Amino acid sequence: MAKRIDVSGLSAYYGNHKAIDDISMTVEPRSVTAFIGPSGCGKSTFLRTLNRMHEVTPGGRVEGKVMLDDENLYGSGVDPVAVRRTVGMVFQRPNPFPTMSIFDNVAAGLRLNGSYKKAELAEIVERSLKGANLWNEVKDRLNKPGSGLSGGQQQRLCIARAIAVEPDVLLMDEPCSALDPISTLAIEDLIGELKERFTIVIVTHNMQQAARVSDRTAFFNLAAVGQPGKLIELDDTERIFSNPSVQATEDYISGRFG
Amino acid sequence: MSHAVQERPVAFAKPRGPLSHARLPRWTPLAVAAGSIAAGVGIGLAAGWHSKVQWGLVAALVFVLATYAITTKVEGSRQAKDRIATSLVWVCFVLAVVPLLSLAWVTISKGMEVLDVYFLTHSMNGVLDVEAGGGVYHALLGTIEQVGIATVIAAPIGLLTAVYLVEYGNGKLAKAVTFFVDVMTGIPSIVAGLFILSTWTLMLDFGPSGFAGAMALAILMMPVVVRSTEEMLKLVPNELREASLALGVPKWRTILKVVLPTAIGGITTGVMLAVARITGETAPVLLLVFGTKLINPNPFEGAQSSLPLYVYEQYAVGTDAAVARAWAAALVLIAFVMILNLVARGIARWKAPKTGR
Repeated sequence: MAKRIDVSGLSAYYGNHKAIDDISMTVEPRSVTAFIGPSGCGKSTFLRTLNRMHEVTPGGRVEGKVMLDDENLYGSGVDPVAVRRTVGMVFQRPNPFPTMSIFDNVAAGLRLNGSYKKAELAEIVERSLKGANLWNEVKDRLNKPGSGLSGGQQQRLCIARAIAVEPDVLLMDEPCSALDPISTLAIEDLIGELKERFTIVIVTHNMQQAARVSDRTAFFNLAAVGQPGKLIELDDTERIFSNPSVQATEDYISGRFG
Repeated sequence: MSHAVQERPVAFAKPRGPLSHARLPRWTPLAVAAGSIAAGVGIGLAAGWHSKVQWGLVAALVFVLATYAITTKVEGSRQAKDRIATSLVWVCFVLAVVPLLSLAWVTISKGMEVLDVYFLTHSMNGVLDVEAGGGVYHALLGTIEQVGIATVIAAPIGLLTAVYLVEYGNGKLAKAVTFFVDVMTGIPSIVAGLFILSTWTLMLDFGPSGFAGAMALAILMMPVVVRSTEEMLKLVPNELREASLALGVPKWRTILKVVLPTAIGGITTGVMLAVARITGETAPVLLLVFGTKLINPNPFEGAQSSLPLYVYEQYAVGTDAAVARAWAAALVLIAFVMILNLVARGIARWKAPKTGR
């Protein structure tokens, strides 16, 4: 299931403003890749180019190639809807659908995309909620609204919703930044389990988190405010945090700037 | 006012420290209100004014000024500003509610004279306008049918226009649509009526019918629906759209299954407000539906009546019996709109996103 992502020469724009410049990198399957870097350096923008969510923003535009195994996401004739079914996403703030129950939230991706039998749907929902470590907490109230859960539970609900459609890749945009340490730990443990099945890319501002959960870490930076963000280096997490090859990475990680 | 204070505030309590200050007793606003009403009545009588409105305005003015003066003296100028704002809010509230209550009271008291089951279930067939008897059934039926048809025409068009403007529209076309919707909001109802009259009735040579009236009402209703729906759709957080799109749901399904259900409560309220607005329109109905004394259940052929038109006609007759019927019909009209509003609120509450655990 999990697929390799191969990015080459990718630039993204908001209207005329270039947000990220000429990024090339490879994301290995069945691993966790963390993106770190100062605010505004284009981590989230880059993440959103990986499932064609960037172009949803008015004025959003992308140049370059993103190969998912052998297929270019930006090739002609590629359907962004199909891309997003393959590359799932979890957002910074938990965003369950307020009109839907917990069950319907998890089933949303499936139900909105096709018809499933009731039993089949129930099975997938249970599997996804178990996969997101939420089943035991919500199994007695699947018909209650999803927005009634706590923040951490809502975020795990969103993860369950994302993995219910069985994507190949899971993108996470600062999934723990709105959560307390206990919920954060729960999500981090979950990421560790999910990488057995998915390719995971996570954006985080928390360097300890990057060090804890990721196998490889990419450091992004921008020359100055208003300049496009660039990929500085991508390496094994251990190396990035112990002996990075670029001075800027070391400065950022040790807190000397940024 | 001051729940936090442990002891009961004593009149003109002396300050005890730098953080406390003299405080007026709780009943001060009531006392000042009573005093100003007395002053208003007194001044009114002394000056020989007959209009109670003048008395009330004097009382309101005295209330605001007295509150300010007393508070400045006892509590200090910051408290006085706070109190003057509060008293202004109260005065405005009373000024807004008094006409409303008096309107409701007059309509109910005069309307109840002839309003009964017979009145609701009979038409004016065979009843001379000047004599008592008859009823409002034909007008009520006409209103329901015309408003219903107008809603069926205007609500989907308005809804889809709003969806286009919020979800798809950018560039010149959307700007033009927004502009024309704004212009349409300002169309006087008689102009909408004349437009349908000139095209439908005169050029295409159809006779008066409920449907013709409904088309004019739809023109009036559409911009209201567009505007309110647009505002409601804009309130739906973008995160929900992105969440749905990121699941690989096509845009049209996202709008249909996520955006619209999230906003459905507000949209329903908006449509109902638009319905309430057109229910009271008289001018286009007068031109296009024409009015009749008979029950005509077919909105597509022949003259119908409607509640506002019925009120207008009966009032124009001018006899006691006719005026009583006009008041009763007005009461039916208000009740009709109010029931619709309550239904809309019920739907909005039922459909609104739930937050309970």
